[in-house]
Amino acid sequence: MFEIVSNELIGPQIYRLRVRAAKIARKRRPGQFVIVRAAENAERVPLTIADSDPEAGTISLVIQAVGQATKQLVALRPGEGIRDVAGPLGHPTHIEKFGRVVVVGGGIGTAVAMPIAQALKAAGNEVVAIIGGRSREFVILEYELRQIADRLIICTDDGSYGRKGFVTDALTELLASEQFDLAVAIGPVPMMEAVCNVTRPPAIPTVVSLNPLMIDGTGMCGGCRVTVGGQTKFACVDGPEFDGHQVDFVGLRSRLGAFRDQEQEAHKQLDEKCRLK
Amino acid sequence: MTENRKAPRPGRTPMREQPAAERKKNFTEVPYGYNLEEAVAEASRCLQCKKPLCVTGCPVEVDIPGFVGAIAARDLRKAVEILKGTNTLPAVCGRVCPQEEQCEIRCVLGKKGTPVAIGNLERFAADWEREQGEARMPEVAAPTGRRIAVVGSGPAGLTCAGELARRGHEVAIFEALHEPGGVLVYGIPEFRLPKKIVRVEIDNLKKMGVTVEVNSVVGKLDTIDELLAEYDAVFVGTGAGLPKFKDIPGENLVGVYSANEYLTRANLMRSYQWPESGTPPVKSKTVVVIGGGNVAMDSARTALRLGAQRVILAYRRSGDEMPARKAEIHHAQEEGIEFMMLTDPIEVLGDERGRVRAVRCLRMELAEPDASGRRKPVPVKGSEFEIECDTVIPALGNNPNPLVPRTTEGLKVGKWGNIEADSVTGQTSREGVFAGGDVVTGAATVIEAMGAGRRASRAIHDYVMARPPKRK
Ligand SMILES: Cc1cc2nc3c(=O)[nH]c(=O)nc-3n(C[C@H](O)[C@H](O)[C@H](O)COP(=O)(O)OP(=O)(O)OC[C@H]3O[C@@H](n4cnc5c(N)ncnc54)[C@H](O)[C@@H]3O)c2cc1C
Ligand code: SF4
Ligand code: FES
Repeated sequence: MFEIVSNELIGPQIYRLRVRAAKIARKRRPGQFVIVRAAENAERVPLTIADSDPEAGTISLVIQAVGQATKQLVALRPGEGIRDVAGPLGHPTHIEKFGRVVVVGGGIGTAVAMPIAQALKAAGNEVVAIIGGRSREFVILEYELRQIADRLIICTDDGSYGRKGFVTDALTELLASEQFDLAVAIGPVPMMEAVCNVTRPPAIPTVVSLNPLMIDGTGMCGGCRVTVGGQTKFACVDGPEFDGHQVDFVGLRSRLGAFRDQEQEAHKQLDEKCRLK
Repeated sequence: MTENRKAPRPGRTPMREQPAAERKKNFTEVPYGYNLEEAVAEASRCLQCKKPLCVTGCPVEVDIPGFVGAIAARDLRKAVEILKGTNTLPAVCGRVCPQEEQCEIRCVLGKKGTPVAIGNLERFAADWEREQGEARMPEVAAPTGRRIAVVGSGPAGLTCAGELARRGHEVAIFEALHEPGGVLVYGIPEFRLPKKIVRVEIDNLKKMGVTVEVNSVVGKLDTIDELLAEYDAVFVGTGAGLPKFKDIPGENLVGVYSANEYLTRANLMRSYQWPESGTPPVKSKTVVVIGGGNVAMDSARTALRLGAQRVILAYRRSGDEMPARKAEIHHAQEEGIEFMMLTDPIEVLGDERGRVRAVRCLRMELAEPDASGRRKPVPVKGSEFEIECDTVIPALGNNPNPLVPRTTEGLKVGKWGNIEADSVTGQTSREGVFAGGDVVTGAATVIEAMGAGRRASRAIHDYVMARPPKRK
């Protein structure tokens, strides 16, 4: 059992859970993730470790409650526990002094981008962060990122906060006048794809963190496979970060999409079953 | 006695099983097992050979005439004791070992008629013991003060852990998944090996003092080197869990699942019990399984039970060459799996949304025998055809799991990523690190993994006892 130390709402349907997992907290490096199972019989869900506190022996997970499994997780109260937490999994982000780095976070991806920005900054990079969301309440971790980044640009699709438009609009503008040595993009698949399209012409190396569906996270099932540079890779053990300019986003999108269809279909059937009872 | 030998001997006692039409709709075990009278009748067929050939076919040399004789004499307690003397998991082996190519094929009775049903009897004795409730625990030697880490909880790790605990060592198992058992829980389906049996075996280990740390991905959480700092020796039994794909176009389309993924969803995640379990089952109309081994049979039969209307097994060679157990092939055929032999899938085709709609295949024919007498399958020109389907399951085998080798410096690996280890002692290129099972041999069998775990336990015992304990 992994005890929930705190559970706070930080955006619409977005929660930050602090979980006691001392060993993982000690071992974890930015970019790594865990696979959790809320209770016996629940699904296994991969979640990036947003932050860790080795002294307190806790890790933070930022979770958007979208499906059954994530709703079950965010319903847990302090004092209760998550049955299984396995990790830290995946390769940590490659951190070194690149020079100037732009970190782009979309929606919940901001939670994944934050520790990476933090590590890059600590390694001596100048970090510009761009974060965005549909509207003001979807912009998360603004305060935390302000402490970390040299500059923070906030965008909302509807203009309710920061500048109006997508993160890629802000990025395009930025790249028109400034030079960068590295871009890191983390968020929904279409957003990461769009960022890569922006960074490709100026040839800025771009790291993306992929979140295909996963089961074991140890290389055993192959469910997390993605095509990178024409080769099949397992995101859980070969990633989760890849060279964004090499990723086959079309394939990734359809794999994620179909899985969602399947889950919705399953729940529709479940609803019908319940109604019949 | 001579008198008896001349009399016509009765044939093999059949095992009752669920009718095919019923069982293909459920996940309950297929064979029911012998009752006492059936078991005694079958055991009485054994000739109690002086030089039993069956034993030479058993990878762990179970005293077969000994335990079979005890069943014939209705001394089931003794039968179990003999079995467990060399085989830690008889209830598992009685169900999944390929007896027809190991012990039973060598039984002298098989020369003229049918061999003794050794596997069925093994299962009977082990099930009897479990049904008595409290299994009698093997005696545990006085504590040695030595601590041993076992990485992976498949048959190799479980056996090694059990043997070491018996010798008085403190043993901790580290398992990556949330449930221990390895392939026994995530791969082999419930209808062939009820999970309850594996759970009882693991509980027995715990009663012997073995601790089981689940959710412990070694190489990520602890490395082998970190374990070595705390433990006197480490055994690596991480199995062959890296699925192979066929590397044909379309294999990353939606609806293509490795056999491991397909079976893990059904077994470990219990999607067949959905919605009580959180993982919904993969719903398919037509499934094409690619391969001809046990894993392919298990995937095909699972697909049928999850509600597929049509399940096709495509295999590029002929039926005679299929590596799966004969009994499983027979069960699959009875249940209505369509076998397409000499069929080689060359491409998976998708619709506009990236979902599987068909597989394109070539028909093969067997060429004239080559120098070794083997008839290689070669494609028939212009024989391309498509099978319409919505799910494709490549069941092409697995390579050893790379996590431990990747994170352990100085651990030698072979061409396929298998850990190099001595075939008797399990000693690897690193001092204090031993390995056995599929991670060394590549995908093999439960009993071979157990044998390796057992042999390594002896070498580990000698190794740790020759040194002072790490923890004072
Ligand atoms: C579907 C299927 C059907 C089969 N049917 C049969 C059959 O009928 N008869 C038969 O004899 N054999 C059968 N086999 C083969 C048999 O199951 C294997 O040969 C046997 O299980 C190998 O045992 P093992 O202990 O080496 O490894 P596994 O059983 O593979 O166990 C390895 C364990 O190590 C864990 N692990 C891996 N990496 C790490 C890590 N880094 N840290 C911690 N833990 C880790 C894994 O999660 C797993 O639990 C079948 C295999 C499959 C897949
Ligand atoms: S070879 Fe057959 S008859 Fe002889 S001891 Fe073994 S099981 Fe019995
Ligand atoms: S999640 Fe199973 S192989 Fe990556």
